Amino acid sequence: MKITVASGKGGTGKTTIAVNLALSVKNSMLIDCDVEGPNSHLFFREPMVKIKDVSIPAPKFDLDTCTLCGKCAEFCQYNAISIIGEKLLFFEELCHGCGGCKIICPVDAITEVDHNVGLIEKGGTEDLPVYHGLLNISEPFGVPIINELKQFADASKITIFDSPPGTACPAVETMRDVDFCILVTEPTPFGLHDLTLTVDVIRQIGTPFGVVVNRDGIGDDRVDQYCEKEGIPLLAKIPNDMEVAKLYSRGVPMVTGLPKYRKLFEEMFQKIREMV
Amino acid sequence: MMVKELTIISGKGGCGKTTIASSFAALAKDHVIADADVDAADMHILLQPEIRKSEVFHGLNIAQKNDDLCINCGKCYENCRYGAFDPDNTLHPEKCEGCAVCELVCPVDAIKMVERQAGEAFISDTRFGPLVHAKLHAGEEASGKLVALVRQRAREVAEKEGKELILIDGPPGTGCTVIAAMTGVNLVLVVFEPTLSGIHDAKRIIEVAKHFQIPAIALINKYDINTENTRDILDYCKGEGIDVVGKIPYDDTATQAMLSEKTVVEYTDGPLALTIREIWDRVEKAL
Ligand code: SF4
Ligand code: SF4
Ligand code: SF4
Ligand code: SF4
Repeated sequence: MKITVASGKGGTGKTTIAVNLALSVKNSMLIDCDVEGPNSHLFFREPMVKIKDVSIPAPKFDLDTCTLCGKCAEFCQYNAISIIGEKLLFFEELCHGCGGCKIICPVDAITEVDHNVGLIEKGGTEDLPVYHGLLNISEPFGVPIINELKQFADASKITIFDSPPGTACPAVETMRDVDFCILVTEPTPFGLHDLTLTVDVIRQIGTPFGVVVNRDGIGDDRVDQYCEKEGIPLLAKIPNDMEVAKLYSRGVPMVTGLPKYRKLFEEMFQKIREMV
Repeated sequence: MMVKELTIISGKGGCGKTTIASSFAALAKDHVIADADVDAADMHILLQPEIRKSEVFHGLNIAQKNDDLCINCGKCYENCRYGAFDPDNTLHPEKCEGCAVCELVCPVDAIKMVERQAGEAFISDTRFGPLVHAKLHAGEEASGKLVALVRQRAREVAEKEGKELILIDGPPGTGCTVIAAMTGVNLVLVVFEPTLSGIHDAKRIIEVAKHFQIPAIALINKYDINTENTRDILDYCKGEGIDVVGKIPYDDTATQAMLSEKTVVEYTDGPLALTIREIWDRVEKAL
């Protein structure tokens, strides 16, 4: 079974839910897809070890053969190539590795080389493996790493994906092709606003979903009311507990530091089980 | 006169970045506010803008296939590197990255790249001055281009209305939206939260700032939830030569203000508001 933990806004507790859920169900694995800021591994003692580089194919120009015809520059949808005077300029960081310039070049002046954009690391334990990806600093696009990360899902395990925040393309990619999606929010105006956006998206995708309210008690009941009106199952409410916040700041999962919370996550999983 | 730009950013969401940015928006004078968190724009909830002008953001084109012309040669499937075609050449537009390779290789012109609406950008009025904001449509590529458009419009407004400063509320992460929100600004204010995650992500942002040679200062929000981590942040910033312009204690007032849809400095004159005011004075000086 594949479960994605998502939220329309960062910092609502997505990682907290993903990590503690993974720790509370048997035979699970955790894949952190927030490649611009992976945090799940901070809650495990085991070090993360690199298992793979991720690269995209980028063009390499043979300037002796190139006739400066400008066709590649004209074609590239991402403005990664430009011809200025007698010079061809390539902006590697804008290249998406689509391969179009190579196809269009009339004199075969373009070959492809690997351009490293990030890496994938593995940690956790035998019982609970943890994977994450890391986008290199100054690289703009994380999607190729997310796509590779998703390949590590093991069909015999309960795979929990920690999604990137928001509702843009990388986040939506992690909500597709999974059995269930947990939307994490806070009982505040920001929380509700971002939740409604995420609900719109997930309804279009069609993945079954439910809501977890984190830091229950800091706000009001506007999220409850919304869920009731929309017929969205409320999976759990995590109380706003200073102890939890302190544990979090030290990288200690709440179910480890305060075992009383384990039941909450077991019940959450039970509810999900019944729905898929 | 040169318009100055300040970007407030944190790497990780939920550090209180928008709380701080919105209070600065209330305190600053002669400024334009730009919400560069185009994927989860929240500033408007506190600022209740009245939209003056809106425009469609097109983003990249998208492939459209005409099945009547298609001869099922398989070239599009073979050449699309983003998995937007099934082996039977069915196109899934939602996976299209707009590269136009399929249009290039199709021998019978069955594929056309067409414009799409990727989002909207707005120029609005608020009680604190003009706000430029945007909304990326769900599922669109997290767009540095839309952030760039927001910044460009903000600059135009600033120049036209003689404003001195653009306050930019930055997006989370380190990718294209963040790079677009940071490049070329005068100063970046990095909001730290003394949690391992908050530190991890804020350090990555400082790496980005260093890479693009943008001056950075820092502040620590909710510093008292882990004083040991706060000390580590102070040491780290010292080592990096980054000025820490303030420490804000954990305070429920921030949430209370948000619930009443006000900025902290409007909602209260209490200690939290006072601290934020002091920090703003220091940020202004650093600019
Ligand atoms: S591979 Fe594609 S994105 Fe990269 S430079 Fe060539 S045409 Fe542009
Ligand atoms: S298409 Fe080929 S020949 Fe023309 S400018 Fe590009 S690399 Fe040079
Ligand atoms: S435009 Fe590029 S990404 Fe989109 S379907 Fe065609 S080949 Fe694939
Ligand atoms: S390349 Fe053109 S003709 Fe060939 S399968 Fe694709 S759409 Fe059909």
